[in-house]
Amino acid sequence: MTDTTARPRSFQEIILRLQSYWAAQGCAIMQPYDMEVGAGTFHPATTLRSLGPRPWAAAYVQPSRRPTDGRYGENPNRLQHYYQYQVLIKPSPPNLQALYLGSLEAIGIDMALHDIRFVEDDWESPTLGAWGLGWEVWCDGMEVSQFTYFQQVGGHDCAPVSGELTYGLERLAMYVLGADHVMDMPYNDPSAPIPLTYGDVFRQTEEEFSRWNFDIANTEVLLRHFEEAEAECRAILDAPEADPKTGKRIVMAHPAYDQCIRASHIFNLLDARGVISVTERQSYIGRVRTLAKQCADAFVQTTAGGWAT
Amino acid sequence: MPDLLIELFSEEIPARMQTRAAADLKARVTDGLVEAGLTYAGAAAFSTPRRLTLAIEGLTASSPTTREERKGPRTDAPEKAIEGFLRGAGVTRDDLEVRDEKKGQVYFATVTKPGRNADAIVGEVLENVIRNFPWPKSMRWGSGSLRWVRPLHSILCILTDDLGEASIVGLDVDGITAGNSTEGHRFMAPGRVAVSGFDDYAAKLKKRHVVLDAAERADAIWQDATNQAFAAGLEVAEDPALLAEVAGLVEWPVVLMGTIDQTFLGLPPEVLQTSMKEHQKFFSVRNPKTGRIERFITVANRETADNGATILAGNQKVLFARLSDAKFFWENDLRIAEAGGQAWQDALANVTFHNKLGSQADRVNRIAALAREIAPVVGADPDLAEQAARWAKSDLPSEMVYEFPELQGLMGRYYADAAGLPAAVAAAAQEHYAPLGPSDDVPTAPVSVAVALADKLDILTGFWAIDEKPTGSKDPFALRRAALGVIRLVLENDLRIRLTAPATAFDVGFTMYGTQIHAQGLRAKSTDLLSFFHDRLKVYLRDQGIRHDVIDACIAMEGNDDLALLVKRATALSDFLKTEDGENLLQGFKRANNILSQAEENDGVEYSFGADAKFAETDEERALFAALTKAEPQVAKALKSEDFAAVMSALAGLRAPIDAFFEAVQVNSDNQVVRRNRLNMLGQIRKIGLAAADLTRIEG
Repeated sequence: MTDTTARPRSFQEIILRLQSYWAAQGCAIMQPYDMEVGAGTFHPATTLRSLGPRPWAAAYVQPSRRPTDGRYGENPNRLQHYYQYQVLIKPSPPNLQALYLGSLEAIGIDMALHDIRFVEDDWESPTLGAWGLGWEVWCDGMEVSQFTYFQQVGGHDCAPVSGELTYGLERLAMYVLGADHVMDMPYNDPSAPIPLTYGDVFRQTEEEFSRWNFDIANTEVLLRHFEEAEAECRAILDAPEADPKTGKRIVMAHPAYDQCIRASHIFNLLDARGVISVTERQSYIGRVRTLAKQCADAFVQTTAGGWAT
Repeated sequence: MPDLLIELFSEEIPARMQTRAAADLKARVTDGLVEAGLTYAGAAAFSTPRRLTLAIEGLTASSPTTREERKGPRTDAPEKAIEGFLRGAGVTRDDLEVRDEKKGQVYFATVTKPGRNADAIVGEVLENVIRNFPWPKSMRWGSGSLRWVRPLHSILCILTDDLGEASIVGLDVDGITAGNSTEGHRFMAPGRVAVSGFDDYAAKLKKRHVVLDAAERADAIWQDATNQAFAAGLEVAEDPALLAEVAGLVEWPVVLMGTIDQTFLGLPPEVLQTSMKEHQKFFSVRNPKTGRIERFITVANRETADNGATILAGNQKVLFARLSDAKFFWENDLRIAEAGGQAWQDALANVTFHNKLGSQADRVNRIAALAREIAPVVGADPDLAEQAARWAKSDLPSEMVYEFPELQGLMGRYYADAAGLPAAVAAAAQEHYAPLGPSDDVPTAPVSVAVALADKLDILTGFWAIDEKPTGSKDPFALRRAALGVIRLVLENDLRIRLTAPATAFDVGFTMYGTQIHAQGLRAKSTDLLSFFHDRLKVYLRDQGIRHDVIDACIAMEGNDDLALLVKRATALSDFLKTEDGENLLQGFKRANNILSQAEENDGVEYSFGADAKFAETDEERALFAALTKAEPQVAKALKSEDFAAVMSALAGLRAPIDAFFEAVQVNSDNQVVRRNRLNMLGQIRKIGLAAADLTRIEG
């Protein structure tokens, strides 16, 4: 167990403390989803599991990619690849705000010295057909988390309502660790035999991916991949429920949703390449949303989604 | 007379909704209580980020007992009818009274509704208010179905009697049971505390670091902020909206003043102010001598052992990162601007303005051509107007405007200066969007006016060309605002433009979309667009006290696409009709016109000329003839010089002779020569009247 009374000394220690804190609150500690996503919300453990009547409590780190935010590793706090910490509890417990504040204390933020505020910030994901009400949480004027009560996902009303917490890990850690530039932040313990900074781990990739995202990614290939993912998603959902091989009823919400995630990320890449005009943009977002809705429709037809014979 | 105290305690209510919500709570609860038969002496509502509070003084302890008499069936009515009456009135046969009426003996029942205690009524009313509260946006949480702005945690609802004894009103809303306790400041005084009435409540909250009244919080913030700034020889930039918002973000305001790093002081003050306000909700603190923003004020929600040092340091750090971004944008943008802005011009070609109206670059080309055409009318140099139009949208692809869209135009001005463009071009970049609202200033610099007109005429003719006009409340491209903008630009600069004349405003605008419009369609579109302008003009002039029928009378005249002329005429006519002369002359005109129309219809001829004094029989006829002969050239001359006041005063001179004429003379004389002469005289009244405006359209 880490000593929560002392201030954390590294990026990874903050993650570890969040993991043990939320484990102690009863969350299933899950692993990142193994696909490129723009935010932790895209993980099926949030998007799909927030649907249907079954209780759920999960927490996990999710690597997130935002190609347009690439700055070749030079900007003090903008990255095209970063980490989010995500908590989803359904139904949202009445003491969720207190639980959240406890997590800030767990990572060394002294409530007696800091100014924590809940500032209105309604969340909407046009690509997921989802929205919720909540806040961005400020610590001394800095946004450290998003706090949302999901109202609708994939066009379905959420009942019960999930409470979702999203921490931008780099920004939060920079604040707690007092780092001015993300790349200077200690990744592991500074007194480790081989101390590594965030820059040691990620400067190289930030530079490479920034170049690829902005200038090299083959837009024709990407456009084709988008179409393919879209078609595959539909094909999966069009397959009959009854599996002829096993004789079971198997609705394939998750494999279809993988294709939706893929389409969404490819759209982000195309956007970063600047080949999507303002009007086309809306239509691409609409196409991804249609997929997300169909996946949500499929998920509530599965056992995990509350379907009962 | 008990007092009532209600507090609805929740997770953080959005700042922008608090004031309205407190007012709604007060209105709905008091309305409900009054409707249920209670009265009260006074009520006050309060809000903080976590609570809505309502205090009602001097509530009646119960509603009065009411008696109502109901007439039933006749005593010999079928048994079923009588039973039905008994059921409906809730009485037994013994309670009935028999009265003799004209048609026989009839049953009467007296229905007594006993008064109800205040607590029962309050509980019912409050539950109803909670379940139907008009939040702009509400939500569910957990497994419940109750809706509130954010999760509702507790309800305080107590009645305090004259002895100060408080009793809890029985109420349970989806598992939240009303009680007599509240919570203090989330961090400085956690935990619940019981209260016995409003004074006790407010005092205990203050002790627990909650200032209940938003106005008191705002005052305290402003006082402290201005004092701290003053002590440093500085002043706080006033921002009432920001003050109200910040007061809604804290229960215990603590004002902290911080410094802005030297490296950012070279940024335009608007950029500093916008960045600090939008992202951080900071107030800007100015040096009154230089006008530069040198510090900021932030408002924390708590006191700390280190007197806010950690909080201020954190805020300064966040600001540093924010302003680093802004500075990064500014410097990148300046590089492009200093190189002439070509990268932005190129970028505009890749930005779709509208899928049927091409890219932003296409739009810029059209505005440039239009501005060139309009320039001579507004007294601007055509080359300069075109240059300004070509620059006007340059800042749209800039990084600063991408980050802060509200700085569009202003950044265009800064970047024009950086690019070394003429001052008139820079000014037009900022001013060409104006006027945006009815109270927005209208540009007066000729180049700015030319580009502002071109910008709006392009968007209007464009959407008319593709038939996407505003309908009902749908006006996504703000075309009504654009038309009103043109109207104000024209009127306030007294510009003389024939909007529909060939090779002028609309015509030039539509020509740019030539491939999309058939030649003959152009006229129709032009006419239709002009009538859209006339509708906007009516709204605009109505606000200035000119009636719609007066405007209609002027719109019906030749030259109605010259808005300045139209308004001159309408103003003079409106003023004239407000005078006694005007009112009477109008009646005289209408009478003349009615008689004339009828005679012309019957006779099948037009009585329009040839009146002669020698056929006059009475002095009144002769006097009218003389007056008409005098007025006609006066009106014509005044019209020619567009002196509508003189037109109206010439008409005023006709009032007395016309009145006297109708008083003394019967038009339809048996003598056909005399009759025709009189009708021709009326024809002259009509002619002179219609030269001023189409007076037949005036109502009344």
